[in-house]
Amino acid sequence: MLEPIKISLESLNLGTIAPVSIAIIGALSILLTDIFNKNKHKSLYVILVVLFLIFDLFTLLAFHGEQRGMFDLMLLDGIAVLSQCIIIGGSILFVFLGLSKLRLQEFRYAEYFALYLFTVAGFQFMVSSDSLILIFVGLETSSLALYTMIAMHNRMVSIEAAIKYFTMGALAAAFFVFGSMIFYALTGTVELSQMAQVLTEDGFLTHENYSNYVLVLVGFVFMFAAIGFKLSLFPYHIWVPDVYQGSTSAMAGFLSVIPKMAGFVVALRFFEIFIHANDIIIQTMLYVTVILTMTIPNLIALQQKDIKRMLAYSSISNAGMAMAAIVIGTQQATNALFLYWVLFTITNFGAFGMLWLNRGKEFNDYESPYTFKKFSGLAQISPFTASILGMFLFALTGLPPFALFWGKMYLVASAVNAGHIALAVIIVLNSAIAAYYYLRPVSYMFLRDPEQGVNTKFMQNATTPMKSVVGFAVFLTLISIFLVDPLLNVISAFVSSSGF
Amino acid sequence: MENILSMLIFFPAAAAVVGFLIDKDSMRQYGVVVTVVEFVLSLLLWYYFDTNVASMQFVQSLPLISSYGINYLVGIDGVSLFLIIMITFMTMIALIGLTEKKDVKNLIITMLFLEMTMVGVFVSLDLVLFYVFWELTLIPMFYVIGFWGAEKRFYAAIKFFLYTFTGSLIMLIGILYFGYVFYEATGTWSFSVLDWNNIILPFDLQLWLFIAFFMAFAVKVPMFPFHTWLPLAHGQAPTIGSIMLAAVLLKMETYGFIRFSLPLFPDASVYFAGFMATLGLIAIIYTAMIAYAQEDMKQMIAYSSISHMGVITLGVFALNTEGISGAVYLMIGHGIVSGALFMSVGVLYDRRKTKMIKEFGGLAHNMPMFALVYAVVLMASIGLPLTIGFIGEFLSLLGFFKYSPILTFIASLTIVLSAVYMLAMYKRTFFGKLTKPENKAMSDIRGRELVALSSLVLLIIALGIYPKIILDPLNTTVTQLTKVMEIKAVNEDTKAKLRALNSIGEVK
Repeated sequence: MLEPIKISLESLNLGTIAPVSIAIIGALSILLTDIFNKNKHKSLYVILVVLFLIFDLFTLLAFHGEQRGMFDLMLLDGIAVLSQCIIIGGSILFVFLGLSKLRLQEFRYAEYFALYLFTVAGFQFMVSSDSLILIFVGLETSSLALYTMIAMHNRMVSIEAAIKYFTMGALAAAFFVFGSMIFYALTGTVELSQMAQVLTEDGFLTHENYSNYVLVLVGFVFMFAAIGFKLSLFPYHIWVPDVYQGSTSAMAGFLSVIPKMAGFVVALRFFEIFIHANDIIIQTMLYVTVILTMTIPNLIALQQKDIKRMLAYSSISNAGMAMAAIVIGTQQATNALFLYWVLFTITNFGAFGMLWLNRGKEFNDYESPYTFKKFSGLAQISPFTASILGMFLFALTGLPPFALFWGKMYLVASAVNAGHIALAVIIVLNSAIAAYYYLRPVSYMFLRDPEQGVNTKFMQNATTPMKSVVGFAVFLTLISIFLVDPLLNVISAFVSSSGF
Repeated sequence: MENILSMLIFFPAAAAVVGFLIDKDSMRQYGVVVTVVEFVLSLLLWYYFDTNVASMQFVQSLPLISSYGINYLVGIDGVSLFLIIMITFMTMIALIGLTEKKDVKNLIITMLFLEMTMVGVFVSLDLVLFYVFWELTLIPMFYVIGFWGAEKRFYAAIKFFLYTFTGSLIMLIGILYFGYVFYEATGTWSFSVLDWNNIILPFDLQLWLFIAFFMAFAVKVPMFPFHTWLPLAHGQAPTIGSIMLAAVLLKMETYGFIRFSLPLFPDASVYFAGFMATLGLIAIIYTAMIAYAQEDMKQMIAYSSISHMGVITLGVFALNTEGISGAVYLMIGHGIVSGALFMSVGVLYDRRKTKMIKEFGGLAHNMPMFALVYAVVLMASIGLPLTIGFIGEFLSLLGFFKYSPILTFIASLTIVLSAVYMLAMYKRTFFGKLTKPENKAMSDIRGRELVALSSLVLLIIALGIYPKIILDPLNTTVTQLTKVMEIKAVNEDTKAKLRALNSIGEVK
């Protein structure tokens, strides 16, 4: 006779899962709205998404209590709350780009917006758990939704991008499962905190336990590849430019920021175990990867003739810089990672948002509306547009006093303070390389005359709400110097409360 | 009066923002009014400046990122005061003499932003703030060179940007590392140079940080191996761009040496003095020779700028009161003189659309007034007594004489060499027969050009005859600086060397 299983509701700690549930309920209610009302305008769904995300955010901020819940599957600690705030905040910004003037295929389906919320919910699961299984579920939920959303744009290039992303993503998922399996076999647990305990207590990372040490390394490599795909680390970055080019700028901007935030938190939780073990092989692997991730895409970006593709490579390189914070591993570095990513979210939203506003109709499949040539002489046609796009590009370069400079500065400072002078030098040298390719579109816009015979219509896709949201990002970028101090206070409070 | 520095920084920027509303036909007048007000503000600053006080004045501090010790901290002393007046003056003159026709509105707005960043560089006492302004000067300058420049302007603008950006990033690491060292030593974060002056660094750390700062400063001076961007940038830039570049932007880094490198790294400064002097000497001799070979008048003046910056470097690294005061005086003098030279080239270029020396000849016949003005400016550039150029060069070389008489002898060739290339150029341009028909049609300077150039000439002569007005307040600050260096030095050798350099009459 089996014992009856008794679980009290308190022990489940439903508060931990409340924010995520709201996103999921939102998605389902959008689907239901669509079933009963045909052909409603997309603005309804955009605002619904915003509404549910704000609700989500407030529930999250109101959360107080035990960090763990749902049989210890959920872990709503400081960095989980912080990263969810960034994910939700960023998603709210990006969903506004759905209010475009052009009538695009994907926005005609309510499912797109439901998937959007599922994606956000997936990322929220990813960051608020230290169980490899739940992380995997979150990862797959969000990734599958993303593949579909990219393909919904219904051009050949988008479908190709979605399939590329899917193939690569499936491979990464397989790696993830395989890595988890090895760690489960070694330690008998899928929870990262217990895994860390077993690994250190039994000395799996020392040469005394050599046979297990090799297995740990193999497992690490699999997990590293899986996380690397998500974060687009070198050499798992090759899908990025094609996928970004295939998706709309709104989607590409979303891809460059939000999934990586989730990825970074997983990386933080997972690599944390190994970085503090001071294992030479793992250290070297991470270090080399970070350096190559910063440098190689930067060098490739020098050859690009298209702003969007260039931004794709630049976002890989930026991910490498943020990854450097994880490798450094001090608390200041973790603060730097979050500060960097908040400011990068604002800046990249602005850059991709400006591209999105300037999207036209007159281009064929497999052609880009964002070549440098198309933007030449923009400063003379529309000085305001050119100044704003130019400002975002300068901000991405890391020129003070615009947003991303403070992130870069704090990151370099944390590298210097941790004694990683070489890493700091490499980061700033990469900034200098990056300056060259960011300057090229700027020089097309400001220094050249308009190209003869090229379509000179700009801001074709702009609507007032979208312009206001991008204007908000401009405002934040300009006053970023006053944001840094409050941001740092909030970030360090959250980070130190979760012990990273 | 506490806010006067902030007004000085942000008034041009605010004016530039409002300037977007002004019609483009009236823009130049607006620019002139704003820069005149700014100049008057800077004179007011001088009026209220207490010349007997060696420490920082008008200090204002506001927290920006308090958890990391970054503040909005501004203040001036005798060194920065006159450089600020020189900046506001040169910007005003450049706008008065502006003849550019293309997109004047954007140009003037850019110039006003540039003025903000330049004033910001010279008043910032917080290193991060200094870095912010330092980097911000790149954007307007990039735009000015790249949009209004000559044929190869894209290349010139990008090369200028990348060279200086890379150098400055290395300095940023130095700044952050110093901040960390300060934190380790005191337990608080601070990037204020006033706080940093209170701690003493070990010798090897000084060396590394000196090198980090050197990378940024050397690229911008520009010193010998990093100088290639300058002639290109000058050659391609429009007249107003060259004036600002030569008169102000090149002074930022020698100022940086005086403000930061010397007091913060006294041992390293003494250690590297010979090396820096060698670089200065190479600049003096080598670029003077290149200048002589130039066919393009503007390129020639650009190379002569590098050559004179060599003398300034020499003065700074004489590490005594005479040398440093002389260097600052020469910075001011060279700012005015090279501004006047580039403006004169602009006068010729506007009339003939060429800068090639061989295209001219005999211009003294139909442009007597211009020939006179040019001659005075030229003499000041060479360093003729009773002009502003002489005082600075003389004092710099005098200061360096104590360091090494032989090197000073070589360095004084600068006067001979600059006389060679300048007078040769003058002869080919103004003397001889007026043969070319295009040249006969050239009219003399008048109106705005005359006002702008003659006020520069007046200043050149006035400050050449009575330099005391600037040198006195300067000496107070510089004497204090050399004392601080001696106190802060960690090695006994350094102390002895500094004492020897600063003693009177004794030559080793």
